[in-house]
Amino acid sequence: MDGEPFDVPEGRTIAAALIAAGRVSWRTTRAGGRPRGVFCGIGVCFDCLVVVNGVPDVRACQRVPADGDVVRSQRGAELPG
Amino acid sequence: MRYPDVVVVGAGVIGAACAEALSAAGLRVTVLDRGPLGAGTSAAGEGNVLVSDKEPGPELDLALASLGRWPDLLAELGADVEWDPKGGLVVATGDTALTAFAEAQRAAGVDARPITPAEAFDLEPHLTRAVVAAVHYPQDAQLQPVLVTKALLAAVRRRGGTLRPGVRALGVRLANGAVAAVRTDDGDVPCGAVVIACGPWSGEVSTAFGAPITVLPRRGVILVTAPLPPGTVRHKVYDADYVGAVASGDADLQVSTVVESTAGGTVLIGSSRERVGFDASLRVEVPRALARRAVGLFPVLADVQVLRAYGGFRPYAPDHLPVIGPDPRCPGLWHATGHEGAGIGLAAATGRLLAELVTGVEPHVDARPFRVDRPGVCA
Repeated sequence: MDGEPFDVPEGRTIAAALIAAGRVSWRTTRAGGRPRGVFCGIGVCFDCLVVVNGVPDVRACQRVPADGDVVRSQRGAELPG
Repeated sequence: MRYPDVVVVGAGVIGAACAEALSAAGLRVTVLDRGPLGAGTSAAGEGNVLVSDKEPGPELDLALASLGRWPDLLAELGADVEWDPKGGLVVATGDTALTAFAEAQRAAGVDARPITPAEAFDLEPHLTRAVVAAVHYPQDAQLQPVLVTKALLAAVRRRGGTLRPGVRALGVRLANGAVAAVRTDDGDVPCGAVVIACGPWSGEVSTAFGAPITVLPRRGVILVTAPLPPGTVRHKVYDADYVGAVASGDADLQVSTVVESTAGGTVLIGSSRERVGFDASLRVEVPRALARRAVGLFPVLADVQVLRAYGGFRPYAPDHLPVIGPDPRCPGLWHATGHEGAGIGLAAATGRLLAELVTGVEPHVDARPFRVDRPGVCA
């Protein structure tokens, strides 16, 4: 995550792993650049977005990472690639 | 309590536009809706204000009149409804009948500009390089349908009108053969006239009122992407077969690509057309076809996330023209429906035309093509 290696127990989501590591925000809003992290935690609000392997708008609260996934913070609206 | 001059049944954008124009003409208006305000067809579309998809004829005349009316009307309403005169871009990757279509539209008063593929890529940098022909329509615009419906209804209320969501119209009471009151599930509403503006449900409501017209539902589904960076999609971009799909009477699923962004940054992907009655279930092949064709037009969308899909029912008459005017079988009964997927754009002129007909003012567009008493409409 953002260049930092993570050991994530099997079945744990990216959001859970980040919170367990003490991080509460990993995205900025599109207009104001404000920090965002988990809000609903159940896949509805699209607030906890991260970029996974170059694909933006992945919900951290829903995605269980695979070994070797490269995750980074999302800055506002981003295009894939 | 003062009784209204006119009751409008249906608080979608067409009913709201009729009520606004009637109240602007000095009439006292009550608007009924069995559900919330602006929550049916008007809440399930894209907000198209298009001339680009219309062939020369009565609907194009109405669209041009409406296009001319919207900026003034919105200024009068004083509301931000995300009006965006962004222009349309129609592109073709194969057959290039679209330039002949544009030629005919130009003769009818549309600003239609055939451009080269290179010019199209300047307008839309992410457009597929497979485009071989394109026409730019600077007049095409967009607005937010729910916001404009609410703004129109707010104007009605400011002028002393009454909004009654959650009140179902059941029928009409006649006196000497003419409308004297609307029966509702919350009592009678005495009135001098009633306008049925129930979109795809106008068939069922007009039947309950004893003056059935034929208006059918056509289902359309739209995909919503995650918000994308500004400038990713700049115009209303659609492929040239959209026009054929709009005019078609086929029952089968038809998909033609329409891609546009919203003020919030999301991109809307349409459009599908299915004749499935009022069946709102989602068939997976519909979003699949929409997504595949949108990626064909904008390859950058291939890895973009879709947040959700929504769908609605568009009202269409058998001859695909709106139905606007008096019912010949019942004095005091009026109809305004049948705009299919163009009702948002056509609402401004529709409201004005209906108010002109009700108040006896010379219509600003020819009303005859939209008359109720025409083959296939008036049963």
